Amino acid sequence: MLAPSAAHVPVAVDRLVKVYKTVTAVNGVTFVLESGSCTALLGGNGAGKTTTIATLMGLVEPTSGRVSVLGARMPRQRHLVLHRMNFESPYVNMPMRLTVRQNLTVFGLLYGCADVADRIRSLAEDLDLADFLDRPTGKLSSGQKTRVALAKSLINEPELLLLDEPTASLDPDTADWVRGRLEQYRRRRQATVLLASHNMGEVERLCDRVIMMKAGRIEDDDTPPRLLARYGRRNLEEVFLDIARGTREAREAAQ
Amino acid sequence: MSAPASARVAFSPRRVGAMVLRYWYLLRSSWPRVLDLIYWPTVQMLMWGFLQLYVSQHSSFFSQAAGTFIGAVLLWDILFRGQLGFSISFLEEMYARNLGNLMMSPLRPGEFVLALMIMSIIRLAIGMVPVSLLAIAFFGFNLWGMGIALAVFFMNLILTSWAIGVFVAGILLRHGLGAENMAWTFMFLFLPVTCVYYPVSVLPAWLQTIAWMLPPTYVFEGMRALLIDKVFRADLMAQSFALNAVLFAAAVVGFFLYLRSARREGTLLQGGD
Repeated sequence: MLAPSAAHVPVAVDRLVKVYKTVTAVNGVTFVLESGSCTALLGGNGAGKTTTIATLMGLVEPTSGRVSVLGARMPRQRHLVLHRMNFESPYVNMPMRLTVRQNLTVFGLLYGCADVADRIRSLAEDLDLADFLDRPTGKLSSGQKTRVALAKSLINEPELLLLDEPTASLDPDTADWVRGRLEQYRRRRQATVLLASHNMGEVERLCDRVIMMKAGRIEDDDTPPRLLARYGRRNLEEVFLDIARGTREAREAAQ
Repeated sequence: MSAPASARVAFSPRRVGAMVLRYWYLLRSSWPRVLDLIYWPTVQMLMWGFLQLYVSQHSSFFSQAAGTFIGAVLLWDILFRGQLGFSISFLEEMYARNLGNLMMSPLRPGEFVLALMIMSIIRLAIGMVPVSLLAIAFFGFNLWGMGIALAVFFMNLILTSWAIGVFVAGILLRHGLGAENMAWTFMFLFLPVTCVYYPVSVLPAWLQTIAWMLPPTYVFEGMRALLIDKVFRADLMAQSFALNAVLFAAAVVGFFLYLRSARREGTLLQGGD
């Protein structure tokens, strides 16, 4: 059974540690996500973002610490809540030989959609998929594939959406379009979103909170305006660089 | 919300159906995949059939034991293709980098395994039914004429093939595509030891002990008893079932241990080599 007190909190991570053999990927990370919030998980390569997200999805077992998602302890109780969450990641693909409609049908059935055909119709309308619904997924352009991956991640109208680089390798126009759709979805569904991204413009536009990670630890955690003020910077990219490079501004802000 | 509470039930035939549908879509979209299911069993059956024909013309024993080679190759194909059908469907997810999507979905490991079992039977049927009909046309060997014995042989062989398939899937989860060769070659370990083409008595004593620990040995001995002595050995089949139950249980335990290890090592999201 889900813990009643934790059931309202979409994500609660408490002193999470993940060690792969001799490498510590995540080292004592603690955070809680508020319902309906959009939070960015930022950090350089190897900062521990993907491991943290994979742990939330139940794909990685923590070495120590506690991870609770929609009230379920991960990964042990993941089957209680997997139908209420979804994700998009560059580490996975949709099967390329299947058409978009076939892929969405399979995932619609896996996620327990009541009327799969109707859900696909609705997603096709929202995400402009109608023109290529019956084309093999592998024959689509990068932008179209991203839209299909987004459709898959929204097929069950998740309460919690985990996004790992959702606009990587997209042209600015398509990336902007995807961000618009994500914003729209979050507002309409009051969904909680956790986003890992290297695109600071994207983070500033979508997120109301930023968690900065470095070497498996949380270096800073605040709203974008407060981070800008504390580091005395004009944009999040400069804040990101301060933290990644451990500059004087970063040290002062930490104090 | 479109995902109902039933989406979290412990076992969902709908999710099993979704996975079978996914593999069916894949087969339908690729004629080389379908051709591959028929091509090699046909080549094997023709080669062993003609060899049997030649040997029986020069040996009174083999002229009495008509069909043992073709029977053996067809039953071996049930064992080998059954496992391959299971493992290839699993590998398709790794090739497609779709394993993370599935592992993150409400699909349960048991449902995934059941879908792979169903697919192994579907793939086997696509390959074996035409080949068994060709065996009648070319050599007058009617596999279906074995009747109820064939059903028992089939059940025993497919159980072994699933057990190996489940275990290999666990290895693939843990070690990624670097362990792909296991899927293609693991069953060949069984070929000499389970005495597909010759009786167990041919083996040295120490190897006979090992042979009798493997369920398919009883099936191939049973097939020879049926074709040569015209006797159905129910005792052999019962022993095969008992061993299969142990082997399958061990394979499932192995699979879940590998799955746990994959979660610890973070290989579920990678799936590469």
